[in-house]
Amino acid sequence: MNSHINRRHFLGSAGALTVSVLLPGIEAQAATFGLDKRPPLDPKKLASYISIRPDGSAIAYFGKMDMGQGTDVGVAQMVAEELDIPASKVLILAGDSGTSLNQGGASGSTGVSHGGATLRNAAAEARYVMLELASKQLAVPMEDLTVANGVITSKSNPAKKTSYGELIGGRWFDTEVEWNGQIGNNLSMKTRAKLKDPKEYKVYGVSEPRRDVAWKLLGTEDFVTDIKLPGMLHARTILPPVAGAVPTAVDEASIKDIPGAKVVWEKALLGVVAPKEWDAIKASRQLKVTWSDVKAPFIDQKELYNHIRNAKSLKGGGATKNVEPAKVEEAFKAADKIIEATYEWPFQSHASMGPAAAVVDYQPNGITTLWTGSQKPHFAGDGVASVLGLKPEQVRGIWAAGPGSYGRNDAGDAAVFAALFSKATGKPVRYQGMRNEGTGWDPKSPASIHTVKAGLDKDGKVIAWHFHSKAFDRLNVSSNESDPSDNLGAQMVGAKAKPGLTYATPEESYAFPVKQQTWEVIAPFLDTANPLRSSHLRDPLGPEIHFANESFMDEVAFATGKDPVAFRLATATDQRDKDVIKAAADKSGWQPRTTARKQIKGDIATGQGIAYAQRNGTRVAIVADVEVNMKTGKVRATKFTVAHDCGVVINPRLLTQGIEGNICQGLSRAMHEEVKFSKDNVTSVDWETYPILDIKERPLEIDVVLINRQNLPPNGAGEGSMRPVVGAVANAIYDATGVRMRQGPFTADRLKGGMA
Amino acid sequence: MAKRIELNVDGKAHTIEADPDMPLLYALRDDLGLKNPKFGCGLAQCGACTVLIDGEPVRSCSMPVDSIGKGKITTMGGLNASGKPHKVQQAFIDEQVPQCGYCMNGWIMTTVSLLEKTPKPTDAQIEEALTGLKCRCATHVSIMRAVRRAATA
Repeated sequence: MNSHINRRHFLGSAGALTVSVLLPGIEAQAATFGLDKRPPLDPKKLASYISIRPDGSAIAYFGKMDMGQGTDVGVAQMVAEELDIPASKVLILAGDSGTSLNQGGASGSTGVSHGGATLRNAAAEARYVMLELASKQLAVPMEDLTVANGVITSKSNPAKKTSYGELIGGRWFDTEVEWNGQIGNNLSMKTRAKLKDPKEYKVYGVSEPRRDVAWKLLGTEDFVTDIKLPGMLHARTILPPVAGAVPTAVDEASIKDIPGAKVVWEKALLGVVAPKEWDAIKASRQLKVTWSDVKAPFIDQKELYNHIRNAKSLKGGGATKNVEPAKVEEAFKAADKIIEATYEWPFQSHASMGPAAAVVDYQPNGITTLWTGSQKPHFAGDGVASVLGLKPEQVRGIWAAGPGSYGRNDAGDAAVFAALFSKATGKPVRYQGMRNEGTGWDPKSPASIHTVKAGLDKDGKVIAWHFHSKAFDRLNVSSNESDPSDNLGAQMVGAKAKPGLTYATPEESYAFPVKQQTWEVIAPFLDTANPLRSSHLRDPLGPEIHFANESFMDEVAFATGKDPVAFRLATATDQRDKDVIKAAADKSGWQPRTTARKQIKGDIATGQGIAYAQRNGTRVAIVADVEVNMKTGKVRATKFTVAHDCGVVINPRLLTQGIEGNICQGLSRAMHEEVKFSKDNVTSVDWETYPILDIKERPLEIDVVLINRQNLPPNGAGEGSMRPVVGAVANAIYDATGVRMRQGPFTADRLKGGMA
Repeated sequence: MAKRIELNVDGKAHTIEADPDMPLLYALRDDLGLKNPKFGCGLAQCGACTVLIDGEPVRSCSMPVDSIGKGKITTMGGLNASGKPHKVQQAFIDEQVPQCGYCMNGWIMTTVSLLEKTPKPTDAQIEEALTGLKCRCATHVSIMRAVRRAATA
C-alpha cells in the first residue's frame, strides 16, 4: 500500500525549510497554513488542538508522542471517529512545543487514555462547529445534518450538502473552548457535542497501519541523532571514573593535535567539542584530566540487599486507609500459622538502543531550539530554558524519534548537556553519549526488597495479608524534566538534587479479611550526579512488585493445598480481573495443580505459571510456559498466553504487537538484567556487562487474547502487559523445578544455586 | 594524520580526507552525510551501524575507514536507492517490525546477507545469522515473522 510506504504524499508539498532537518512536523507546518498565521497556542482555543485542511483532512496537534507502539495511530483513529472521516485523513503532529500544547509528553501509558481523549473531545467540538456553520450555510437545522467522510448532507434534502474542506479548510478555528486549567497529562477540554455512541463506531477496532515504520526501514527521515545544523559542533562529556569525583585539572594541550577540538569545563561538568564527530570522541578519550580524590560512594554489590534491609528508613507510606497497624498486628496474632517470604530485585537500566542525543541551537536573543528524543519535549524545553537562564517561551522543544525510550532515560540529560555546550561555544551543538554513558549513567530503576506475609487460620484460610516494600526511592530524578535539580548536567553545574520520597504498592483486587500494603524508602548512595540515581523505567516498579506479590500468591496457594488459578479466582474481587485470569488459564490449557509438577524428561523440566495485575484500569493475566535445563540451570520461556483488558480496543494489531514487545522486554528483565557496580562506579557499561534478550531466547509463541470492552473508555496499554511477566516466569520455573526464585534476574547461576 | 581515502558507497565513488583509524561509521555519517547507519555502542556489540561490504555484514563502528580497500559498501538506505524497497525492507514494513527503529540497520542488512546465501533458511539458520544483534524494544517475534516473510517473497 502506497500510503504505508511514503508518508510524504500525505503531507502535501513540502515548503522551504530553514535548516536541513527532515522532520514530519516541520514539513507539515510549512506545507499547510504557515506558522506565522497561526494564533498563539492557548488551551482555551480550539485551534490549538485541531485544524482542517482544504481537502477536508484534519491535523491534530498532539502534546504527547508515539515512542514506537503506534500511539499516534490510535489517537488518529479517535479523532477520525468523532469527525466521521477515515483515520488516513487525520495527521498527528506530535511533541513540538511550537505546535502543540503541553499534554505531558509520553508518560505512564496515558497517550490514548488522556492525550487521545482530549483530542477526541477537540474533534467532537470541531465537528460541532462545522455542523453549526453548515446549518447556517444550508439553511437547515443542525439535527437535520449527517456526516460521512467529511461531507455534510441534509437528511431531508440530500441535494443540500457541503464539506469540512469547503467550510473551514485552510483556516484556523476561532472557537473558544472550556479548558480544565491543567497542563500535562491531565490537560483536558470540554466539548458541547455528544461523543459518539460506541454502537456507531466505525474507525475503532480497525487495525490501521503504523505511520513510522516505512521511513525507519528505508532510512528516509531523521532520528534525533541525525539532525545537523550549519556550523554545528559535536560534543562528548567526560564523566568521572569514580562517581562523585570532579575534575581538578584539565590539560587542554593534550588534545591540541585534534582539529578544532576544545574543552568546555564548568564546575563538575567536563566536555569536549569539535566540528567532526570522530574528533570529539578522540578528544574525549585523549584529554588528560585529574580528578578529585573522593571516598568510594557505593558498597560491595554483594551487600546490596543487606544494605537496603538495614538502611534507615526516610519515609514510609502506601498504607491502606482504615487499616491501622494495630489491627494488622492483631490479625497476625490471631493466625494459626504465618507464611512469609522476601523477594529481591536489582537496579535495572533503560540501556536504550543508542546513547541519548540532543541538538541545541542557543539563541539568547531569539528562540533557542532543542531537538530531543526525550519523552517530555515541552518540559525538557522548560528545563533547558531554566538551565540557560532563559524564559520558557524562549525555548522550543521539538521531539524527534530517539534511540529507544522506556521512561526517564538518558535523553533528559542529553538535552541539558547539549544546551550547556551550545551556550558555552555560541554554536549549535549535537551531543550524543557513548555506550558506557547510555548504560552506566542513565537513571536506574531502583533496587528493592519486598516482604510478603500471610496469616492463616486453622483451616488454611488467609485472614491477614501484608505486602511491604523497602527500596531506594522511585524518583531521585523526576521524569518531568522541567526542573534542573532532576538533571545530571544541571547537577554538575550546581543544581541541587531534590530526591523524591515515594514508592508504590501492588495493584490487584485480592480481598482478605485484613489486607495491608506499605512501603518505605531509603537514601541514595550519593546525593548528586549519581549513576545509580533512580527514575522511571517502563512500568515503573510494576515488574518487581508484582513478581513478589504474584509469587507469594502461588506460595500461599500451594501452602494451603489450592490451585494457583483457582486461588486467584476465589480471591480477586473485580469481575474484569477474574475474566482475564480465566481467559489466560483457559487459552493456555492450564492444568490445576496443588504443588510443583516437576515434569522432567531427560535434562529438561517443563512448567507453567500464572500471574496477573492491574495497571491504571488495565488488567492483564499471563501464563508463561518454560523449559528449564536441569543440568545448566538455563531457562527458556517458550510460550506466553496473555489475556488483556484495557477497555475498548482501538487498534487490535498494534495493541497485540505492543503486548508482544512488552512480553519480550519483560522477559529480558526477568532473565538477564542486573546493573552491576563496584564501590566506585557502575560497571554495567555495555551489552556484555548488561546483557539483554537475544533472538535465540525469544518466546516461540505469544498467544494474545484481547478482551474488548466496547462501552468502556480506553485505558493505557503501553505498559500493563510488562507488569506480570516476571511473576509468571518465576511461577513457571517453580512448577518445572520446585525451585522458588526469590531474587532476580533468573540467571542460570541463581537457578542452579536454588537446585543445589 | 588525515589521509585521502576512496570509498564506494551505494554505487557511488567518494573521496574523503580522514584519519585512517576513524571507524567507517563516521565517514558515512559525518563525511558523506548518510544518516541511516546508527551509533549504538561503538563496540561491535549491537549491530545498529551495520553495512554490507561486498555483501557481508560489517559493524561499521569498529571498522577502520582505511581498511575497506576497494570493497563495495551498501547501506540500508542504499537498498532502496532505486525508489523501490528491497524485499527485506518490504517484509519488515509489512510486519510493522520496528518500535523505536534505531536497531534496524543490523537486522535488515544481516537478513539481506543471509537470504543472498540461504534463500530459504530454517528458523535455526535465521537465529544463527541474527544472534547477537540487539533490539532493546524487544520486537524479536516480529523480526522472525518478517524474515520468514522476506524468505518467501
